[in-house]
Amino acid sequence: MTHDDDIVHATRRRFLTDAAALAGSLGLGLSLMVTPARATPETMRAAIKKVIGEASLQKGKVKLDLPPLVENGNVVSVSVSVDSPMTATDHVKAIHIFNEKNPLPDVLGVRLGPRAGRASFSTRIRLADTQTITAIAEVSDGTFWSASVEVIVTLAACVEVL
Amino acid sequence: MARALINVPAKAKRGEIIEIKTLIQHEMETGFRVGTNGQVIPRDIITDFICKYNGEEIFRAELHPAISANPFFTFFTVATESGTISFEWSGDNGFAVSETATITVE
Amino acid sequence: MSWAAVVALVGVAAGATAIAAEIPLSERKSGYDFMGPDTRTMQDDDTTNPGMLWVLDGEALWKRKAGTANKSCADCHGDAGTSMKGVAARYPAFDAGRGRPIDLEQRVNICRADRQQATPLPFEGKELLALTAYIGRQSRGMPIETVNDERTKPFIEAGRDLFNRRQGQLNLSCAQCHDDNWGQKLAGAPVPQGHATGYPLYRLEWQSLGSLQRRLRNCIVGMRAEPYAFGAPEYVDLELYLMWRARGMKVETPAVRP
Repeated sequence: MTHDDDIVHATRRRFLTDAAALAGSLGLGLSLMVTPARATPETMRAAIKKVIGEASLQKGKVKLDLPPLVENGNVVSVSVSVDSPMTATDHVKAIHIFNEKNPLPDVLGVRLGPRAGRASFSTRIRLADTQTITAIAEVSDGTFWSASVEVIVTLAACVEVL
Repeated sequence: MARALINVPAKAKRGEIIEIKTLIQHEMETGFRVGTNGQVIPRDIITDFICKYNGEEIFRAELHPAISANPFFTFFTVATESGTISFEWSGDNGFAVSETATITVE
Repeated sequence: MSWAAVVALVGVAAGATAIAAEIPLSERKSGYDFMGPDTRTMQDDDTTNPGMLWVLDGEALWKRKAGTANKSCADCHGDAGTSMKGVAARYPAFDAGRGRPIDLEQRVNICRADRQQATPLPFEGKELLALTAYIGRQSRGMPIETVNDERTKPFIEAGRDLFNRRQGQLNLSCAQCHDDNWGQKLAGAPVPQGHATGYPLYRLEWQSLGSLQRRLRNCIVGMRAEPYAFGAPEYVDLELYLMWRARGMKVETPAVRP
């Protein structure tokens, strides 16, 4: 076996185990692996760039709440809140959530305005694997702020067979 | 019609920040699962959720497959006046659900 | 299932010795106690509990006329808040006509066939789940009151035997995990004691509401054994034993579980 074969086998094995983990977390036992390309830190960066353009991403103002250890990747509670007076001249216009290991990098885009009173919301998302989640807030003055959280995702023990 | 569960305070004081909770029944099929026949199950998700207060948009969300089944959102708004708070969900395969709630602001 | 989980299960199977000891009544804990705070909040708040979507559907179905008799549940049973209070807390219950216990799903379908002259609702279908969730919700907070008398005793014993019987490729019994190893971890998730206090419940793994039979099938498949068909008497015997095992614990329907 050549060195190249080793690399191919190692990559394929990791691809299959990752796909199995993804399939398992989506609640399906699969024997046949047909898997999508998955998000990577690069595709996540590209998705973020689409939102922020050439602006820089500053750390701060954004509080991203996720349980550090998740019981089931299918339903993960997320809360985002941004420090902002939410007035007509100073408010959060949008909040985006991104991930790096689901099939797609985008999770959610939320639009807000001064009528919100508070730049804060909660929802439930799906996470395919242990990964880093990033929330980005777009403020009315054109600046972008972000926060990231690393989440550990375990899989249910007895996976259902359809 | 898909069942929705909405929670809006019936009464509020003018200027008070109130919390709105919404939950709607929807499988949010991601488009990445493979069925028992070996075929990919096509995507079928809610893509947009809009909340309006007396006709003015106060919260909007663009959903992707990573949003869990039975999408759940809680968010805030300032109780400005009495009236109607409306909720619209739309998505793949012509999915469209609307609900309303009334609020009395003193 | 991951290889780590298989190895863990085989380890349990190999290590266990004699008949499992039942959990003392005072040491029983609901699956609720093994969940994280976020999942508990999801269950506790009716405005955020996804199971409530089915309960609301059940409320609407309760009033809908069905079958050639053109009757709704409400036509005979009136307001479910009154008539169904405590009912789910004593199911499965002995049915004299059939000479054996039946569960709530079967009870609903018997009513549909006999009283409404309507076709039975399919197991695990949206409507039957909605109705049993709605009926179960009326017993929330009440203690489980399974009857153990000369009529039900043989079936409780049959259920107990099933619970303690090794089965499947992994040669595991329910008792080995849920009586002997509760509180320990299986592939990262804590093993609960297996009390059926909140069914039908919203399972995060299913992203849907499901019945106790669905959950039992998951476990049986997880043990690499052949599951029975939905509605099999073996399931009802096992459900009856599980409810007897959980007697006195509070009904949590619709619960939320990972």
